[in-house]
Amino acid sequence: MYEKHLMICGATGCLSSGSAKVQQALEDELAKRGLKEKFRLVMSGCPGFCEVGPIIVIYPDEVFYCRLKPGDIPELVEKHLLGGEVIERLLYKGPDVDAPARFYDTIPFYQKQKFNVLHNSGIIDPENIDEYIMRGGYRAFSRALKMEPMEVINEVKKSGLRGRGGAGFPTGLKWEFTYRAAGDKKYVVCNADEGDPGAFMDRSILEGDPHAVLEGMLIAARAIGSDEGYIYCRAEYPLAIKRLKTAIAQAEEYGLVGENILGYGVNFKFNIKEGAGAFVCGEETALLASIEGKRGMPRPRPPFPANSGLWGKPTCINNVETYANIPLIVREGGVEEYVKIGTEGSKGTKVFALAGKIRNTGLCEVPMGITLREIIFDIGGGIKGGREFKAVQAGGPSGGCIPAEQLDLPVDYDSLTQAGAIMGSGGLVVMDDRTCMVDLARYFLSFTQKESCGKCIPCREGTKRMLEILERITEGRGEPDDLDRLQELASSIKDSALCGLGQTCPNPVLSTIRYFRHEYEEHINEKFCRAGVCKPLFEYTIDPELCNGCTRCARICPVKAISGERKETHVIDPEICTRCGSCVERCRQEAIKVTPVRREADVSH
Amino acid sequence: MSSEGATAVQQHEIDLSGIDALLEPYLGKRGTVIPVLQSLQEHYGYLPRPALEYAAARMKIPLSRLYGVATFYAQFKMNPRGRNIIRVCKGTACHIQGSPKVAERVEEILGIKSGETTPDLRFTLEEVACIGACALAPVMTINDEPHGRLTPDKIKEILDSYE
Ligand SMILES: Cc1cc2nc3c(=O)[nH]c(=O)nc-3n(C[C@H](O)[C@H](O)[C@H](O)COP(=O)(O)O)c2cc1C
Repeated sequence: MYEKHLMICGATGCLSSGSAKVQQALEDELAKRGLKEKFRLVMSGCPGFCEVGPIIVIYPDEVFYCRLKPGDIPELVEKHLLGGEVIERLLYKGPDVDAPARFYDTIPFYQKQKFNVLHNSGIIDPENIDEYIMRGGYRAFSRALKMEPMEVINEVKKSGLRGRGGAGFPTGLKWEFTYRAAGDKKYVVCNADEGDPGAFMDRSILEGDPHAVLEGMLIAARAIGSDEGYIYCRAEYPLAIKRLKTAIAQAEEYGLVGENILGYGVNFKFNIKEGAGAFVCGEETALLASIEGKRGMPRPRPPFPANSGLWGKPTCINNVETYANIPLIVREGGVEEYVKIGTEGSKGTKVFALAGKIRNTGLCEVPMGITLREIIFDIGGGIKGGREFKAVQAGGPSGGCIPAEQLDLPVDYDSLTQAGAIMGSGGLVVMDDRTCMVDLARYFLSFTQKESCGKCIPCREGTKRMLEILERITEGRGEPDDLDRLQELASSIKDSALCGLGQTCPNPVLSTIRYFRHEYEEHINEKFCRAGVCKPLFEYTIDPELCNGCTRCARICPVKAISGERKETHVIDPEICTRCGSCVERCRQEAIKVTPVRREADVSH
Repeated sequence: MSSEGATAVQQHEIDLSGIDALLEPYLGKRGTVIPVLQSLQEHYGYLPRPALEYAAARMKIPLSRLYGVATFYAQFKMNPRGRNIIRVCKGTACHIQGSPKVAERVEEILGIKSGETTPDLRFTLEEVACIGACALAPVMTINDEPHGRLTPDKIKEILDSYE
């Protein structure tokens, strides 16, 4: 028996901030002191709070240590593990707490969250099926085995669950279509392509609780009458793939997968396919083409995959998070509990990845219907560096920006769509006054333009034309009627593109024009980028009132564009300056300002 | 989609022994084009043309089919790559926190553009859509090792630490 369990976050966020080194230090320290039998170290799934990683949570003591360094480990072992003393210096501290917070229940980041889909993440060892089962795992599946397919489907319909992959299609209905489709061979497919830049919800679920996804797929298989499934996971997620493989092998060993499952006379086999890096492969018909080993190009629907999917057979395709919701619904008494959370049209919870200029970057799970303000300010802790909130981008390249006026919007499929964004897969990127909305629109368009598969003309050509216009605006060559041109192109691409990629790619442009038209106009008419992003449209100038001649800026400038004597006002030479902004970050006086480009005429007098 | 920038690098003699063993598990099965390309690339570090020709013949499919798939996906590289692979994250969170400036600085120092390899094969510069380390934005990875909270002035020192 172990005395204590140490859950060290082994997800990508914490790995990037050095959790592997912390883990190694801990392993070494425990080995050195002969304590490996007493204290169990688990590389767990993601507890979500990436901002303060690396994180170790210690049970049964319920202590949450963060921002750990290998150097902290000897003290942690000596004082806490052996001495039973909580080390205050390693607890969570922040402007949002009065005293160091000891555990989840006192850390503000976790206060408004509701752990449903993530209820195992960071708590169990994702590579151990027994821990999943101990927390109620596979009970929903064994219940489903005793039910008629339509009974299972009716429960999913009653739950109101809508697809978490972006479009929000009712899951129960999709299952019913696939169940009713004629065919002796049917497939269950899991979409784990997660291509939205800035989104890592699905990866966290796969890494933190892979069995939940398998169980959801097994229940789907039972409901639609399928004996084979595919998980299409991006190759960029090696840890998720490894954990899935381990989980499948364990489930096979337990007779939950394979032939004659638990004696019920049904069979199921999992296959894993690694995606090869194409955003469009997240679109369901392109994904199926890619599994078949072809170029991942979408095809027109209908026929929908429910009728003609993988190798022409009826196929039920759902997103990772959608499947992870299923065991919560199909377990005994699950639906009744499930529908208590959320709004009329959007039930349950949603996992969001919070990123950008927000204080608490990380992953959070919230009840549908919560407001954006609560997510950004209560969970996210507001804007970094006390700057001003400008907008939040939801839904990535298919979504839109939501401005400050709309922060009280409840988060559900319908309100977000009305506001010109979409629920999308769950990426929320927060922006402050130093983000240029025109540049952001250009960024998304350059992404979709590159990722356009080229099959249909509206998307292939349309994205190029829109991008050209946005590029010239950000380079100072914008023309007065460019906004009309953009809007006209946008509406025709929306109407005529073949797949969701093209149909939704104008959204980032339309929503920024809708809420930030003045920024576009300033770029076009005054050739000024107030945010200091579009390089040809501003200069950095040192405010002589504020500069105290500390020389920090001059020393950091990589191109030596700044001159000035110590204790005297410094000057930036706009001819040499590459506008990299290093000096702005460096200046403690906030003396370096974004100003309009001085033209010949201005300079001469 | 994924088009490769030309490199000044010569393609060396390609050793084709070992391909048979690599292809063995896939022959005669459907849906295997991508896994075959993935294992070829793992073997060679990129997809040399002679290897593609050989594989197409063994799989009894036209070379154009393999080529078409290989050039569609960003993962597949048609040219030899450097000893150190730099990937600058182009995700949204990194973008708004300055990844373009970071990428520019890397390009400036190495004298290559994204998708290219330095002539001495020391570095290959690539972009990646998002590595999910948004808390550390802007981020780049070198040989999968993440470097976060970057500013242009930090780049030189980081690059210098790779041989
Ligand atoms: C361009 C494009 C990219 C997409 N990417 C993803 C993705 O990465 N993950 C995902 O689950 N769904 C993605 N989708 C949505 C899928 O087409 C499909 O709607 C989803 O897999 C259905 O599952 P759900 O009903 O459970 O959401 C994408 C759609 C489009 C048009």
